[in-house]
Amino acid sequence: MTTTHDPRAASSADELTAEQLQERFDALIAADQRIEPTDWMPEDYRRTLVRQMSQHAHSEIIGMQPEGNWITRAPSLKRKAILMAKVQDEAGHGLYLYSAAETLGTPRDEMFEQLMSGRAKYSSIFNYPARSWADMGAIGWLVDGAAICNQVPLCRASYGPYGRSMVRICKEESFHQRQGWEILYTLSHGTPKQKQMAQDAVNRFYGPALQMFGPPDDQSPNSQQSMDWKIKRFSNDELRQRFVDMIVPQAEALGLTLPDPDLAWNEERGHYDYGELDWDEFFGVIKGHGPCNQQRLQHRIDAHENGEWVREAAAEYARKMQERAARADTDTAPAGSEQR
Amino acid sequence: MGSVGQDSATIISAGSALTAEKLLDSGVTAPERTAEYALRLGDDALILAQRLSWWISRAPEIEEDIALGNIALDTLGHARMLLTYAGTAWDRSEDDLAYFRTEEEFRCAQIVEVDNGDFGRTVAKNLIMSAYFYELYSRLVDSADETLAAIAAKAVKEVDYHLDHAVQWTLRLGIGTEESAGRMRAGLRDVWPYLDELFEDEPLHDDLEGIAVRPSTLRAPVMERLEVVLAEAELEVPEVKQARTGGRRGEHREALGFLLAEMQSLARQHPGATW
Amino acid sequence: MTSENTPAQAPVGQQSESATGGAPAGRHQWPMWEVFVRPSRGLSHVHAGSLHAPDAQMALRNGRDLYTRRNEGVSVWVVPTAEVSASDPDRRDAFFESAKGKEYRHATYYTKSEGVKHL
Repeated sequence: MTTTHDPRAASSADELTAEQLQERFDALIAADQRIEPTDWMPEDYRRTLVRQMSQHAHSEIIGMQPEGNWITRAPSLKRKAILMAKVQDEAGHGLYLYSAAETLGTPRDEMFEQLMSGRAKYSSIFNYPARSWADMGAIGWLVDGAAICNQVPLCRASYGPYGRSMVRICKEESFHQRQGWEILYTLSHGTPKQKQMAQDAVNRFYGPALQMFGPPDDQSPNSQQSMDWKIKRFSNDELRQRFVDMIVPQAEALGLTLPDPDLAWNEERGHYDYGELDWDEFFGVIKGHGPCNQQRLQHRIDAHENGEWVREAAAEYARKMQERAARADTDTAPAGSEQR
Repeated sequence: MGSVGQDSATIISAGSALTAEKLLDSGVTAPERTAEYALRLGDDALILAQRLSWWISRAPEIEEDIALGNIALDTLGHARMLLTYAGTAWDRSEDDLAYFRTEEEFRCAQIVEVDNGDFGRTVAKNLIMSAYFYELYSRLVDSADETLAAIAAKAVKEVDYHLDHAVQWTLRLGIGTEESAGRMRAGLRDVWPYLDELFEDEPLHDDLEGIAVRPSTLRAPVMERLEVVLAEAELEVPEVKQARTGGRRGEHREALGFLLAEMQSLARQHPGATW
Repeated sequence: MTSENTPAQAPVGQQSESATGGAPAGRHQWPMWEVFVRPSRGLSHVHAGSLHAPDAQMALRNGRDLYTRRNEGVSVWVVPTAEVSASDPDRRDAFFESAKGKEYRHATYYTKSEGVKHL
């Protein structure tokens, strides 16, 4: 029995019975230990992770578009630089997550294929249009804010690579939310037209941002299993509540209102109550009836297809260089022996 | 070193370097003619960055979205420093200069205005511009104008990397496949006619002896670099006629008008607003 | 923990173990690389993550762009993921048990010298 393995080779796990493997996995989860790529894991756990991580990655990549849309029109050079850095970060976050998902054995191009064929989902908030510059503020403050709420607990997700990529992402995203809030603050304290623009953006993004936490707990079938596996640490409604409690004072500091007449402090609960969200709309957008679903997907497909010849050229170049290096080696061998 | 675990690779910091904000805070004022020179350089960088930024979310692979994004961000940084410095002569901000000048007031060279086209054309443009910037900034660090020298010192290291990026891609496209070589050749043909303009001396440069880099002195080193790279990439210097120059006098290609219409639209809808 | 004992992750194989598998691999998917970053002089390279690149030169550049956008490093290493050899996770106990229980390898085991300076 060898002690070092090619990481891709089958592990010696097959020497253990299915029950033993499951027991060991369960024990690791119970002890709040991390599962690492080479560990045995239940197929459902693997599948759930690949689905969640790739959806998360897709959301980052598709999420580049609504904001990317405004890079060329940003109203000051400082804002242009900030926005460019932020959208670029989202590409980075997508890559961290794709890489983490790849450790589970699903190649990136397979995940791309699932996205482009419409089989994979991504956060439906990106199917709304970014109509005004203020949307850059609302997306940063509300959408990234909600994302951070979701992601901070994921830093402790039971799957090691997922947690590690989340640590990196959360560190980088702290600027995303602040720059968004600052855009809104500046608009809110600018001309009446600017303030109106800011309020309009908040009105449009408030509901969809709250829906980013997913359906209410009683309608979220997969949640409990993910909690048991310690992939998810808090329920959808818990996180949503945490987010609402956070943004109410932030909105006040902005001098803007949140478009929810039922929003009120509940002394008894120690939380803000908020109104019913439009879940019919939410499921409609998920099913493809959002304002931008088709456009977002087509943009990604175009980028991928237009890049095919470039990726091919780089792969071909690498192959040719290896070939030339090998040929140079064999060419120099006889010359060397002649000298001897 | 128990604390130096996986997280040590995620320790982040801003690092220290010259920025447009620091330059403004320094209270320096550019002499009139020096400002005109800085404006030319700043406009080149601004328009190139504006074009490059379009690629983010459209690059051939996501790794490349990030690479092109970095180059665009660096280049925008150069533009901001140069325009901020130029603006000190006329009491105008970088944004006044970027958003509230008309086409004929821009002083960029025509090559940066050229549409992105496909990845081949973008690489061709980046190759020429990064070779040009590299030779330019590596001389400008010796400028008698301390601010220009400081901006160049920051920029030269960054464009060194941009040049490397463009060279790597030129090699891959040139040698990779028949299709990529064809597209790279087409890209080179599209931008090559605007090369001469980069090396054209003007009376401004006579006035700024020791402060500005004389463009004609850049021709030989830039061309030598380009020829070496193209030869290694199994490509040829395109045989095309040079276009009529004029960008430095405000005579631009049609493409600049569309670019500015897009770039300036929002700022112009809200004159006097802050963002 | 330093890079010397940081096991590279990513058991990415040609054969997907994933139950969602089945889609044909793209024609020109670049190979995967593991990226190691030295955070500052005097520290070891540490595994930062992975990426795709057509060759080592581009992998280094992509690694720089992806993993050092915020001044995270002064040096980057890249290694093809396929070239990483890792210890067998299911032989972990046999592999690492020996190092446990040998207190005498550690200075704290020796208590007689307490109070004696420079020892």
